[in-house]
Amino acid sequence: MDNAILLALLQDGLTTGAIYLLLAVGLLIAFSVTRAIFIPQGDLVSFAALTLASMIGRHIPGTIWLLDSLCAAALALSLARGRLNAVIPYGLAPAVLTIATLAATRYGAPTAVSAVLSLGIVTALGPLLYRFAYEPLGEASVLALLIVSMALHFVLIGIALYCFGAEGVSTPALTDASFDIGSVTVSGQSLFVGLVCLAMVGALRWFSVRTLYGKALRAAASDRLGARLIGVDHVLSGRTAFALASFAAAVSGLLIAPITPLSYDTGFEIGLKGFVAAVIGGLASYPLAAAGALIVGTIESFSGFWASEYRNIIVFSLLIPVLIWLSLTRGNPEDRA
Amino acid sequence: MTLLSVENLSAGYGKAEVLHGVSLSVAERQIVAIVGPNGAGKTTLMHATMGLLPRTGLVSFMDRSAGDAGWMVRHGVVLVPETRALFTDMSVEENLQLGAFARYRQGARDLPESMAEVFEIFPRLAERRRQSAGTLSGGERQMLALGRALMGKPKLLLLDEPSLGLAPKIVADIFRVIGTMRDRGISILLVEQNARAALQMADYGYVLEMGRVALHGSCAILAEDDRVIETYLGRKRHA
Repeated sequence: MDNAILLALLQDGLTTGAIYLLLAVGLLIAFSVTRAIFIPQGDLVSFAALTLASMIGRHIPGTIWLLDSLCAAALALSLARGRLNAVIPYGLAPAVLTIATLAATRYGAPTAVSAVLSLGIVTALGPLLYRFAYEPLGEASVLALLIVSMALHFVLIGIALYCFGAEGVSTPALTDASFDIGSVTVSGQSLFVGLVCLAMVGALRWFSVRTLYGKALRAAASDRLGARLIGVDHVLSGRTAFALASFAAAVSGLLIAPITPLSYDTGFEIGLKGFVAAVIGGLASYPLAAAGALIVGTIESFSGFWASEYRNIIVFSLLIPVLIWLSLTRGNPEDRA
Repeated sequence: MTLLSVENLSAGYGKAEVLHGVSLSVAERQIVAIVGPNGAGKTTLMHATMGLLPRTGLVSFMDRSAGDAGWMVRHGVVLVPETRALFTDMSVEENLQLGAFARYRQGARDLPESMAEVFEIFPRLAERRRQSAGTLSGGERQMLALGRALMGKPKLLLLDEPSLGLAPKIVADIFRVIGTMRDRGISILLVEQNARAALQMADYGYVLEMGRVALHGSCAILAEDDRVIETYLGRKRHA
């Protein structure tokens, strides 16, 4: 193997690693605040890519109807409890989004506009899924929440198959540019992925360290009783965490779609790799999870070159030494809950 | 004027009822103490009053029927729990800022001023402001818990075992601070195992036994009551 291939594989690995990083950060936020491992996050990766691809192909994406039905159900429940202000988030907002999506599909809006609408649709699904699948369980155990996550994953994968069919899709590259740095060619797409990931991680860090709302979210993750005692609403913090996680998933989906074709069930696999990275961080440490994501991406890219068929086995086998190491160095994460 | 009124309050965990119809009230600028043995339901009473547990009965604050913990915090009732419930992986300063979170949501922007006041009461916290709360000693943690509560500008503070696990000198400091809080117009509902200190400081007291109010009265009278002396104060007084 010569240096050129080595560097190309490394670039490829770091690009996918950056996407896993986004997913790992989303999983960590959702887990630390709600104790739920948000497995369906991976399905939302597919949802985002497929939504954008449908809109580009001038088909109305089925996800908008899914969003509308969930909002309608949430609106009905809120109105039944006399909460009239729910009309804005569950009535007005989805109505505007639906009209915009229909118009963009009908008249063939620029890809950037469709991408923003897809982001909106998929991000909004996160808190709604939390609202219906996790919230009613209250203080359930980590295991019960994980089982719910698995069930939700199967439901979403069915919905994705129904809405979009089994075809894999890819979206047009956002840029064809490439740059030569010495002997290496860096594709504009890789650079774009890296920049978006950096920007998102930076923005999240700013939110959680500089704003009181971000600190409140960290407080909800740090001590549940303490958070309730300072007036941090656990329902709101759970929904916010899921919104951030689904936003990370939607961005990932849009970033991957030009690189790898995505079908209704590939997002799950990508999500699991983000989960492996989060586990490397002990489901607690953001820097370790970030390093884990880049390692997973790199290992995947190299094993894809040497032993293509064993690629996934090699990546998921990473979990075994990591779990042994974690079990030797820390207690059961459930004890810290 | 009655600030907090609790009528016929019952609460527990799942099927196990711990409190059976407790009634009490706290007036403005008053310190009310609840004493009683381990397992009498003191902490449950605090949590149920605060709206952290499902309950039956009537809790009202400033003549309005009380809601859940969020409602209580928004209306100026703050609980300092026995466990302190600090955000141990965040800095002292961040813990204090978060104490004002409910006020911040209601539009208050005087956090630096409030924090300066807290630092005046607890200069030790100012020295440790950048340190993470998890690195504090037991006494400092209690100071931070009280400081965080004060950041919320409470009208009524619920203090659950503020002296638990602290060295006697620090207990004296904490009780001195509780006294200053009352002088600043904050009413206090205090649960204490240290019955002597509690009854000395408080205006009115309730003795809780097996989830019921066994006895109540002004602290001067309670301190003279034979049963209270025998069970909670010991015989030392007569020696």
